[in-house]
Parts: sequence; structure tokens; C-alpha cells
Amino acid sequence: MAEARRSRRPTLVLAALTLLAIVAVAAFMTLGARGSWDFVIPFRGRRLLVLVTVAYAVAVSTVLFQTATANRILTPSIMGFDALFVLVRTLVVAFFGTGMLVAFDPHARFLLDVALMVGFSFALFRWLFAGEERSLHRLVLVGIVFGILFRSLSTFIQRLLDPNAFQVLQDTLFASFSGVDTTLLGISLVLVGAVSLVLWRIGHCFDILSLGRATAIGLGVDYRRSVMTILVAVSVLVAVSTALVGPITFFGLLVASLARALLGESRHRVLLPAAVLLAVVALVGGQTVLERVFAFDTALSIIVEFLGGLVFLILVIRGAVR
Amino acid sequence: MIEIRNARKRYGDALVVDDVTLRIPARGITSIIGPNGAGKSTLLSMIARLVGLDGGRITVDGLDVATTAGPVLARRLAVLRQDNHMTARLTVRDLVAFGRYPHSRGRPVPGDADHVDRALAYLNLTELSGRFLDELSGGQRQRAFVAMVLCQDTDYVLLDEPLNNLDMRHAAAMMRLWRDACRDFGKTVVIVLHDINFASWHSDHIVAMRDGRIHSQGTPEEIIREPVLQAIYDMAISVQEIGGRRVGLFYE
Repeated sequence: MAEARRSRRPTLVLAALTLLAIVAVAAFMTLGARGSWDFVIPFRGRRLLVLVTVAYAVAVSTVLFQTATANRILTPSIMGFDALFVLVRTLVVAFFGTGMLVAFDPHARFLLDVALMVGFSFALFRWLFAGEERSLHRLVLVGIVFGILFRSLSTFIQRLLDPNAFQVLQDTLFASFSGVDTTLLGISLVLVGAVSLVLWRIGHCFDILSLGRATAIGLGVDYRRSVMTILVAVSVLVAVSTALVGPITFFGLLVASLARALLGESRHRVLLPAAVLLAVVALVGGQTVLERVFAFDTALSIIVEFLGGLVFLILVIRGAVR
Repeated sequence: MIEIRNARKRYGDALVVDDVTLRIPARGITSIIGPNGAGKSTLLSMIARLVGLDGGRITVDGLDVATTAGPVLARRLAVLRQDNHMTARLTVRDLVAFGRYPHSRGRPVPGDADHVDRALAYLNLTELSGRFLDELSGGQRQRAFVAMVLCQDTDYVLLDEPLNNLDMRHAAAMMRLWRDACRDFGKTVVIVLHDINFASWHSDHIVAMRDGRIHSQGTPEEIIREPVLQAIYDMAISVQEIGGRRVGLFYE
């Protein structure tokens, strides 16, 4: 009896979310379309693809980051990872000048950013997570301090730039959900695909890792290697989503926590798809509603951050940090 | 057989495990006792490869724990620690099934379900198998973890203070269970214990540690003696014989 009840719930949740996601996508593509479909379909299709890629990258990176660090409250963005991306790009402009940004092929530039970011985060993760014992409270503190450090450093360096360089940098940094940058879509898809393939191959150890370090090692997981692989994959995914739409702090936490609450369990086989679908519904649906119903343009990130921030506070107050 | 040769572990300036050489015989229950800070848990964690060695070598059935591949060792050696705090939300059955992971690596094979059913039945958890872990009492949750370890089907089991947070009934049941498991499946169980009387009552072999070294070892009759306990714990412990077993009284 209990067995039957348990096994049906995730299926129902996933089915409902899939339906919602399809409705959101259909609405995004068709609502308020005036003009020839030959124009509307490719134009909106590209934006849709960006939103879906971002949704996927944010959801997967958040869920797996929480798995690898065995916690439910830290996310890559709360640890300052998107801020790191901004810092990396700012540093590139500061040291190589805007010529680098303008003259360089955007794809090569993006790959350079990703490489730098993976390098940085690898060093940081090694230091933070590879040790034998670690305290979640120390991690939260370190993460928040790093986030602030990265943001302040970026702001500081940006102040030192000459106005022209600053302008160029701003242009490349501040994308948003409405004015998404589609030039990097192709390469982002390739990166996301490659990362997903790697993750798929080690996917069997995700559930074990969420049992914590001691149990995972006891069950024969190559802990260090699995965690490092996940964390590198996470930094690539964060780089992709930040490059496409800019930093969003609390969105990942929002979808990961909601997915867990809806499913009532945390097996990755259902958790990952649920989080991705939720992210798609939130981004694509939210964007459609804001654009077509309220005729706003830029407010989605604010609403997402507001809701995500609330979830963060609730998690802290309810003591999910143990 | 677990063989420890010149094992050392240093945390900062403190040498927590200081040149320990020890053979833990196969089959039966070996208890590790000693005062706080004697290095018992650290030594156990080193055998379980949760803590790296700063020197020396530890082998389990000839396999070096530092170099043997994770899954190979996990088919031979299981660990159960006390701080089983986890963030995952799982049913009892899911958890117990993870015990098959070293054997199946995520691709369940036909015999797995039988193993899981048997482990659940052995711990009287069949009724509760569909429940989530956070819906269980402390004692039930502990039994679920024990079922996982049994399901892992290893010759060696390492337990770090398994009686913490258990009331008398559950503590006694837990020790009986491991004794039965040793008898039924020929397992070798190594337990870090604080309560010398549980060690005395249930062990085949007792290892006493003090200040990061092996202080003494032997059968319960050899270790649970007034002069030996006095030297290990720095306190007067009166030893009485009750029903052929030795009991230490230290409540004064």
C-alpha cells in the first residue's frame, strides 16, 4: 500500500510538470504573434532555446552541487560562482584591453572565460571540498565571503577601467531574460551536451554521494574523483548560464527546493528531471506571462530572485542547515 | 585478517595514532576500547579509508586500503558510522538497496532484490520498507543502516560507537545482532565501544588503546581485570564476575 503510494507520486509530478512545460513553451512560441510565422518561429525559437538551456544548466548544476557537497542550502550562485564569471571577464578586459573583447571571436572569448573559470573553481573546490572533514557552516561563510569578494573586486576593477572599456564590458555582461544573447547559443549547447554526457556516465553514483562522504566511500565510490568531476561540470554549466543571461543568484535554489518538496523524495532519477522541468516552466512561462500579459520587460529576474530569496530564508529558518 | 603496520596519523601537532601495529583476527567480534582521545575512532576510520595514513600500511585480507580500488574493497569491508545525518530523502528499501552498489554499480542484477529482502527481514524491517527514513524512530533508522551494511554482504564490518544514542534495549539488541551475524555469516566485526561491559559481554577479542597506542589486547578475561583497566582509564574499576562473565563497576 505504502509502496504503491510512494512510487506513483514522482510519476504524477513529472507528468504534470511535463504538461506545464509544454504549455509554457507553446504559449511562448504562439501568444501575440503578429506577422509571418517564417519570422516568428526562428526568432522566438532561438530565444526559447536560450531560456531552456539556461533552465537546464541552472537546475542540473544546483542539484548536483548540492549532491556533491551533501547539503540543501548552498548553490553555486550563493557560493559566488556567477560572480566569479563576471570577475574573470572583468579581469580579461582590465589586462588585455577591450581590443580583446571586440577583436576576438566571441566563441573563442567565451571558451577562454570558461577555461579560466573552471581553473579557478577547480583550485577553490580542491581547497574547500577535498579535505577529509568539512563543516557546512564554514562552507556557507566562505561561500558568502567569496561571493562578496568577487563582486567587490569586479566593481573595483570596473571603476579603474576607462569609460569606453567599461561600456564594452557592460554590454557583454548584462544580458537579461528578455534581451538574451543568442550568439553563444551554439557553443553553449555543445558545452552543455558534453558536460551532460560526462555526468550521465557517472550518474550511478549521485544517489550514493548524497548519503554523505563516509557512507559513499564505504560503498566504494571514488569520492574525490566523483566530487571533482561534478564540481568541474557545475562550473561549466554556471559559466554557460551566466554568459547567456547574466548572474541569477537564487533561481537554482528555488527550483531544486521546489522539486524536492513536490516529489517528497530525492532520488536523482526523478529529482533531476523535475528540477529541469520546473526551471523551464518558471523561465519560459514566467517570461511569457510578463511579456504578453503584463507587458513588462525586465522584471522576471527580480521576481525569481524575490521568490528564491524567500525560499533561502525559509530553509535557513527551518534549519535545513544542520 | 586486518593487518595494521606502523600506522600513524597526525592532526597538527598532535599524534593521534602513534605507530600502531596490530593484527585483527578474522571472524568474531573485536572491540576497541579506551578513554576519549585514545585514537580508537581515528584508527577505525583509517582502516575504513575515511582518513588517510601519514605513515605505515593497513591491509584487509592482503589488500592495501590506500591503493585498492574503491569497489573491490567495498565488497569486502563495510563501515557504519554514527553521524548518519543526511540530506537525501529516501525510503528504507532504497537505503538498504544501496548496499548492493559495490556489487552492481548502479545496474541492478537479478539477485539484488533477494539480498535486499533478506536484509530487511533479518532486521524486522519488511513492514517498514516503504517508509521514509525521516518517518522512523532513532532505533529503527539505525536498524535500516545496519540492514544496508548487511546487504553489502562483506566479510568485514567496522562499527564506530554503534551504541551511541540507543537506549538499553536497543543497545543490547544491536550487540546481539552483530554477534548473531558473526555466527550466521562468519563475519569479522570491529567495534569501537565506550561501554567496557558491552565489550566484555560480547567480544571475542578486546583491543585497548591509550594515547594513540595499543595499550593491551587479548580475550575479555585478559583485559577486563582491575589492574589492566586501572592502567587504561586511570581510575579504579572494580571487576565482578556474574554468571561467568566479567562486569566492571565504575559508578563510584
